[in-house]
Amino acid sequence: MELAASATTFAKTRTAPSPRPRQGKRTLPMVVKLAYRNLFHDRLSFFVTVVGIMFSVVLVAVQSGIYLGSANKIAAIIDAAPADLWVVPLGTKSYDDPSFLSGRERYMALSAPGVANSEDMLVSFARWRKPAGGETTVLLIGTAGDSPKALPLNITDGSRAALEAPNTVAIDRSYFNDLGVSRLNDVAELNGTTVKLVAITKRVRSFTTLPFVFVSLEESRRLAGANQDQASYQRVTLLPGADIETVRKEIERRLPDTEVLTQEQFRTRSQDYWLKQTGAGAALDAGKLLGLIVGIVIVAQTLYSSTKDHINEFATLRALGAGAGYIVKVILIQAVLSGLIGYVLGMSLALIAIQAAQDTKLTIIMTTPLAVQLFAITIGMCIFAATSAIIKVVRIDPAVVFSR
Amino acid sequence: MTEPSNSKVIVEAEGIVKVLGSAPNEIKVLKGIDLQLQTGELTLMMGPSGSGKTTLLSILGCILSPTEGKLTIAGMKTQNMSKEQLANLRRKHVGFVFQSYNLVPTLSAVENVMLALDLRDINGAGAYDQAAEALEAVGLGHRISAMPSKMSGGEKQRVSIARALAGSPSVILADEPTAALDAKNGMAVMELLAQVAQDTRRAVLAVTHDHRTLQYADRIITIDDGRIAGSERPKISGNAVAVAAH
Repeated sequence: MELAASATTFAKTRTAPSPRPRQGKRTLPMVVKLAYRNLFHDRLSFFVTVVGIMFSVVLVAVQSGIYLGSANKIAAIIDAAPADLWVVPLGTKSYDDPSFLSGRERYMALSAPGVANSEDMLVSFARWRKPAGGETTVLLIGTAGDSPKALPLNITDGSRAALEAPNTVAIDRSYFNDLGVSRLNDVAELNGTTVKLVAITKRVRSFTTLPFVFVSLEESRRLAGANQDQASYQRVTLLPGADIETVRKEIERRLPDTEVLTQEQFRTRSQDYWLKQTGAGAALDAGKLLGLIVGIVIVAQTLYSSTKDHINEFATLRALGAGAGYIVKVILIQAVLSGLIGYVLGMSLALIAIQAAQDTKLTIIMTTPLAVQLFAITIGMCIFAATSAIIKVVRIDPAVVFSR
Repeated sequence: MTEPSNSKVIVEAEGIVKVLGSAPNEIKVLKGIDLQLQTGELTLMMGPSGSGKTTLLSILGCILSPTEGKLTIAGMKTQNMSKEQLANLRRKHVGFVFQSYNLVPTLSAVENVMLALDLRDINGAGAYDQAAEALEAVGLGHRISAMPSKMSGGEKQRVSIARALAGSPSVILADEPTAALDAKNGMAVMELLAQVAQDTRRAVLAVTHDHRTLQYADRIITIDDGRIAGSERPKISGNAVAVAAH
């Protein structure tokens, strides 16, 4: 009898080692193996989970990328023209909420201890008349050409120096359609003055629908009807070793009708205005939240149903003496594996979408810290989604193994 | 037939009462069971359906707690133990063989045994070797990578026995181990359990309805209406039968 023979063999092997030498085989920890086998066992269900997580990751990544892109776009002009301190008219909400300083601020700032330089920057709305007819509002930005911080940056055609000639402008290539021009030397009307396009930039777009039009400082004053010493902002550079807070307070004391902000404060104020006060950010946040909810619901539903499908195996494990922690670990590994695979696929898809949106009006940015954050959120979301499954397995009565 | 000279009591149940449900619909399933299981013995527990066999098996395996009475396993009193402490006791001292095998369908034969070893903190390459040896010992050395879905009932039950023995627990509890098997495989499994019981460090208790399995028993307990109705030791021990069959 074959089995009888093996039974005797068994009795022998309990006391003596197997005569056949056996090579140790490196294997995955059983708890991991059990988790991924359970996960991949029902492929359709696994596919649905991964698609759900992927969709969730894409949604959250794109919404976050748009949020980050918007935040960067809002601060782009401030970042492109950095200063230690910004002197702005009292009550300024954002850099593109223009009004004029009185005109004495530059000299008052220059006279403050610790100040090395102070530069004018003018921002104003203006009317752009297209060559073929039709008008649109633009945001006029004027900076001094002799400054190393002169705008615009990213000039691909023409030069910044050409802007010093009267009646010249620079615009971004992406605004050609909006502004009715298409090449260097095209002409249009700006606040009733004929201007010539002498420089073209790439990817210098505003957060709002108003196109940027860059001009020299003098040109901007003339077009905006400002006095010769007026500007919207003073960009203050400090002497080496000067204490920024001391200088800030001193300038603020000397110029009571202004606010003196650090670079970061002005960035944050501008971003907060557009993203928080206008509700634009809330819409993006809602999109992110929706993505998370979709992800959580799909993962929770799939993990719960997978746990139900494998409930007898979990009960058997419990009967064999597995602690609740062991079984919880299986569920958590399933959740993390789902999250990991969903994240990789979702992020790949999001990166493709971000790449595709590069030269469109939509700015989507993905950074390493954001990708890491999204990874943590995805894994956290999957672990949170595992809660219902965990409650289910922790409550298993191992006695059910005898009733089947 | 007398008890083996070097055997010792590994499971001791005293005055076990189990009440299921709550008043007024409560049912007294066990009505005061006194039982001792000794190492080196295969004990068969028989009785009609509803007599309380499986409930008693669950209590002896620390899966259910008795309403009244005392249970000691491997010298440890189970009263007042928490669920996790009972799980720990099961893990260390009790191996189960189920009627429906209860193998994890997504794991191969060797992995099913390794899973039981993993619960006992035996893992890595050593666990693989130990699991493969256990399967070889139950005659499945050639089927270690087979998935449960590709195995016959007899093979699955042998994997289940190998799994129960993983980590060398001192008590093996088998619930109708031959019920789902044909006669030939059923007898082979019983013979295997009788061999397992030859180890004087281990006691084996099997619940069965199958009278053909009685020949392998060192001791037969009959249970009826929640009480032990009889306990006898056949003249020829199960071990002797197993050896003779071989």
